[in-house]
Order: sequence, then C-alpha cells, then structure tokens
Amino acid sequence: MPVALEIVSPEKLLLSRPVDMVVIPAWEGEMGVLPGHAPAIVMLRGGVIALYQGDQITDRLYVSGGFAEVTPERCTVLANEVRPVAELTRAEAETRMGAAVLAFESAGKEDTAAQEAGMDQIQAAQAMADAIS
Amino acid sequence: MPSLKSLRMRINSVKSTQKITSAMKMVAASKLRRAQAQVEAARPYAVRMERMLGALAASIPTDSPSAPPLLVGTGMNQTHLLVPITADRGLAGAFNASIGRATRALARRLESEGKTVKILAVGRKGRDFLRRELASRMIGDVSYAGKRQIEFSDVQDLAERITDMLHDHQFDVCTLVYNRFQSVISQVVTEQQLIPAPIPANDTGADLLGGAAYEFEPDEETILTRLLPQNLAVQIYRAVLESVAGEHGARMTAMDNSTRNAGDMIKRLSQNYNRARQANITKELIEIISGAEAV
Repeated sequence: MPVALEIVSPEKLLLSRPVDMVVIPAWEGEMGVLPGHAPAIVMLRGGVIALYQGDQITDRLYVSGGFAEVTPERCTVLANEVRPVAELTRAEAETRMGAAVLAFESAGKEDTAAQEAGMDQIQAAQAMADAIS
Repeated sequence: MPSLKSLRMRINSVKSTQKITSAMKMVAASKLRRAQAQVEAARPYAVRMERMLGALAASIPTDSPSAPPLLVGTGMNQTHLLVPITADRGLAGAFNASIGRATRALARRLESEGKTVKILAVGRKGRDFLRRELASRMIGDVSYAGKRQIEFSDVQDLAERITDMLHDHQFDVCTLVYNRFQSVISQVVTEQQLIPAPIPANDTGADLLGGAAYEFEPDEETILTRLLPQNLAVQIYRAVLESVAGEHGARMTAMDNSTRNAGDMIKRLSQNYNRARQANITKELIEIISGAEAV
C-alpha cells in the first residue's frame, strides 16, 4: 500500500499522489516515510523532498521550510515555496545565501529570534546549493 | 415639458451609462470566477493547517506560562485591534459601507465597555471611511490596490506586523471584520477573532488515529511558535481572498441592477420623447387646419 503524499502551498494544492516512499527534510535530519509510519508532526528545514517509486527517485522538490503531518496512511507537507530541483540555478542559490548572511549579521545580538530566522535562511540557501550539485 | 432636444440628450447619456455598467458587470463576472477559483485553491492548506494546529494545541496546556501569546493572548482583554478588510474600489453596492458600519458599531460597543480600540484598515475604501469616522483610533492601513492577484507573500507582511505589535503589547485581542463570500448576491459581514486563536475542535484527529498520539519533532512548543504566525497569515489570506470574491460578486449584482435601471429609464424617457414628438405634430396640424378654416 502506498503513502498518499500531498504537498500544499497556501495558494493551492500542488501535488497529490500515491508514492512508495517519500524522504522529507525534517528538522533533525532526513526522514523517510513509508506506509505505516507512526503519526508525527514535524517541522521542515530547507531541503529536498524526494519521491520514490520502487527504488527509483521519480521527483526531487526543493522546499525552503514548512511543516509536515505524517500518519500511517498519508504524508501532508505544508510549504510556502516548492520548486522542482531542476528549476534551481546556482546564481539564485548564491543570491539567497548573500541575503541570508546579511540578514543574520544585521540581526542584533539580543534579538535571538531574528538571529534564528537568519540562521534558518542560511541553512535553506545552503540546502538549495547542495540540491543543485 | 422638456424640449425634444433635451430629452434626446438625456436618452443618449443614460444609454452610454448603461453601456459602462453592463461592461463593468461582465468584467466583475470574469474576475469573480478567478477569485472564486483562488478561494477554492487556498482551502486545502487552511484545512490541513487547522488539523495540525488542533493536534498541537491539544497536547499543550493553554494555562502554562510558556504558551505562546498568539494562541492564548496576553491574558488581558483591554486593547482591541480591529482589522476591517474592504475593497480598493467602490461601485459595489453596500459592500464597503457595510464593513465600515460593522466596524464602527463594534468599536462603539467595545468603547462603551471601557476598552481601547485600535484600527488597522486593509483596503482603500475602508481606510477612507474610517478616517472620517474614527480617525483617532486609526493606527495604520494596508492596501493591495493595483495587484492583479493577491499572493500569500503580500499578506505575510501584514501578519508579521500584527505579530510584532502583539509582542510589543500594543493590543490584547485582534479581530478581523470582512465580507465572507456566500453567493454572488450575498456577502456576509463576519467578525473573526484571530488572537487569541480559537482552538479548532480536535476530535477528528484523535478519531482518525484511534487515539494514538502524534510524535513531534522538534518539541510541540517550538513547532507552535512557528506554526502560529503561519496560521495567522493563512487566516488573513483566506479572509482577504473571500473579501475579493465578495467584492466582485457585490459589484456584479450592483452593476446588473443599474443596467436594468438604466434600461427602465431609457424606456420611460423614450416614451416621453415619443409623446412630446406626437404632441408637437398634432399641435402643428391643428395650427395648419385652423389656419385653413379661417381663410
């Protein structure tokens, strides 16, 4: 029995189809979701969602962060930005990295929230660069 | 008795007005279709977000001191922030006025209870109305005028602004006032409390899993502090989309009415015109005949 995978952005339902396995970039490391997975709610960091059909990766999608809900039957990903890895360019990853570093450095020492946000941005930009290579 | 010429001019001017209103109706109809599709498309995200939030909120005691203020509020009920959502353009019947009236009534009610009211207006029409009526309570305004389609990122800025204001203790309760799209001819003025967030009923999630609890990664509170601002933005986004759909619906109805009115008016005016023309002819005939008889 496959996993019913859904990827949703606030604007629309982007993808809804059964897959054999999906690997999502969870907060504390990649997480493979197979049918019958224990129910979980996880936060996503920037990274690549890989869709598996059998042993083959059929699609690779970049997300800049979001949330996922996993139940034994389905896996729902809520993400603001979802793009096929093939669409990404190195130049874009670099601009993002520049912006992220700037955001991190301009955050005040006391402002931990802004620092964390900057850190997350750097991490997401790094993931984008990694996804291309 | 108006002259023939002035009647003719009236008829022509009403005819060109009718052309404009019927064109506006067509435009509103096609925009309405697009806006409705957008509302539909945004629904899945909101539904899933609500489900997750329900599961999370159930696992966190709301009276704990570390519970995020977006969920439980500041613990006070003194300062109210109202966010009325209106259109940027008029000619949509009572669409904008009803939001203005509802906001004014709500503000008066809250103030008579001794609360402080602040208003953050979304949309130009509401801003103009409230600036006249409740100028001292206005703290800012946002407008999405000129955008063909409102995107989520546009609304995110507004949500961030509200979140920042909450953290600065500028208000305790936040309420949206907007037109919910019900059908083309009816928009319902809705007051929706955003902060503290009303916790969605959570029986569905537990039933689905047969009572099994979710695992959280990282812990519930970290996820909640991220999920809640997102949820705020989604709620506002949904309200804005509903309002846009409602606006086009209201405009379509209003323009349909005025096209029909213009048609009636043209009919009446041309009747008058024909009557006047005939009276003129009769008068001339009588003059000729009585002239001939006198000879």
